[in-house]
Amino acid sequence: MPDSTVVSLQHEEQHCPELLHHFADPQQQRDASSLGMWVFLATEVMFFGGLFCAYLIYRLKFFADFGAASKSIDATLGATNTAVLICSSLTVVVAVWAAQTARRTLLIGMLAVTMLLGFVFLGIKAVEYKDKFEEHHVPGASFSFDRVPIPGHPDQYANPQHAQLFFSLYFVMTGLHALHMVVGLGIFSWLLYAARKGRFTPEWHTPVEIGGLYWHFVDIIWIYLFPLLYLIDRHP
Amino acid sequence: MSGHSTSSPLKTYFVIWAALLAGTYVTYKVAFIDLHPFNAAIALTIASIKATLVALYFMHIKGASEKLTKMVVISALFFLLLLLGLTMTDYATRLWS
Repeated sequence: MPDSTVVSLQHEEQHCPELLHHFADPQQQRDASSLGMWVFLATEVMFFGGLFCAYLIYRLKFFADFGAASKSIDATLGATNTAVLICSSLTVVVAVWAAQTARRTLLIGMLAVTMLLGFVFLGIKAVEYKDKFEEHHVPGASFSFDRVPIPGHPDQYANPQHAQLFFSLYFVMTGLHALHMVVGLGIFSWLLYAARKGRFTPEWHTPVEIGGLYWHFVDIIWIYLFPLLYLIDRHP
Repeated sequence: MSGHSTSSPLKTYFVIWAALLAGTYVTYKVAFIDLHPFNAAIALTIASIKATLVALYFMHIKGASEKLTKMVVISALFFLLLLLGLTMTDYATRLWS
C-alpha cells in the first residue's frame, strides 16, 4: 500500500507541479487559497466599516453641512470613475476566465487593460484632489469654506468646522481606497509578468483568481463611496 | 469551473457589467431629483444591489464557491451590521435621558 501512495503522490506532482505537499489535491489547495483571501477581505470589511461608521455618525449629526460640502465635489468625475472601475471589474473576470480556459493572449490583454483602467481611475482622482487643493477644501491650516449656502436654504451658510469634518472623511476614505488601488496595480503588474512568462494554466491560476477577488472588493468599496460622498443633497 | 461551456460565463459577465453601468447611471440621475429622505434610501439600495451582483457573479460566490467561503462572507456582513447597528443605537438614544 505505501508503494502505491508514493506512486500516486509522484503522479500528482508531475501532473500539477504547483501542488504543495500538505494538500490532498489541487481543488483543496485552490479552496484553501480562496478561503484565506475571503478571510482577509472580511478583515478589510471591518477596516473600511469603521470609516463608514464614522461617516454615518457625522452625516446624521451635521446633516446640512455635509450636504453643502458634498455639493462642492465634482459628481461627474465620481460617476466616471465608478464606470471606469466597473469596466475594470469586467476585464478582471474575463481575465480569470481566460486563465481557466488557457487563452494566454486574452489573459495578458485583459490584465493590461485592467491596469490601464486602474491608472485612469487614479488620474481622475488626482484631478479631483487638485481641484480640492485649489479650492482650499483640504483640511488643515489653509482650509476655507466660508459663506457656502446650505442646500435648500440659500440664506443659511454651512459651518466650516463641520464641512472640514466631511472633507477629512472624504480624503481618508477615498485616500485609503486609492491606496488599495495602488496595491492592486502592484499585484496586477506581477500577474501580468507571470502571465507573460506562461506560468498560469487551467490547472493552476490561483493568483489570477485571488488577485481578481481583491480587485472586485476594491470596486465594491467604491460602489458605496460614490453615492455617500458625491451624491448627497445634490438636488436643487 | 471547467464544466461550463465556453461562451456561457462570458455572456453572464457582460449582462452583469451592463446592469452595473445602468445602476450607476440611475444612481447619478436620481440624485438630482428631490425625493427627500428617499434619495439616500434609493442610492444605498442600488449600491447594495450592485455590490451583491459583483460578489455573486464576478467573485463567484454563486455556484463555484464552497459553503465555508459563504460563511465567511455572511459573518463579515453580520459583524459590519453589528458595528453599524449598535453604534447607531447608542447615538440615536443619547438624547433620551
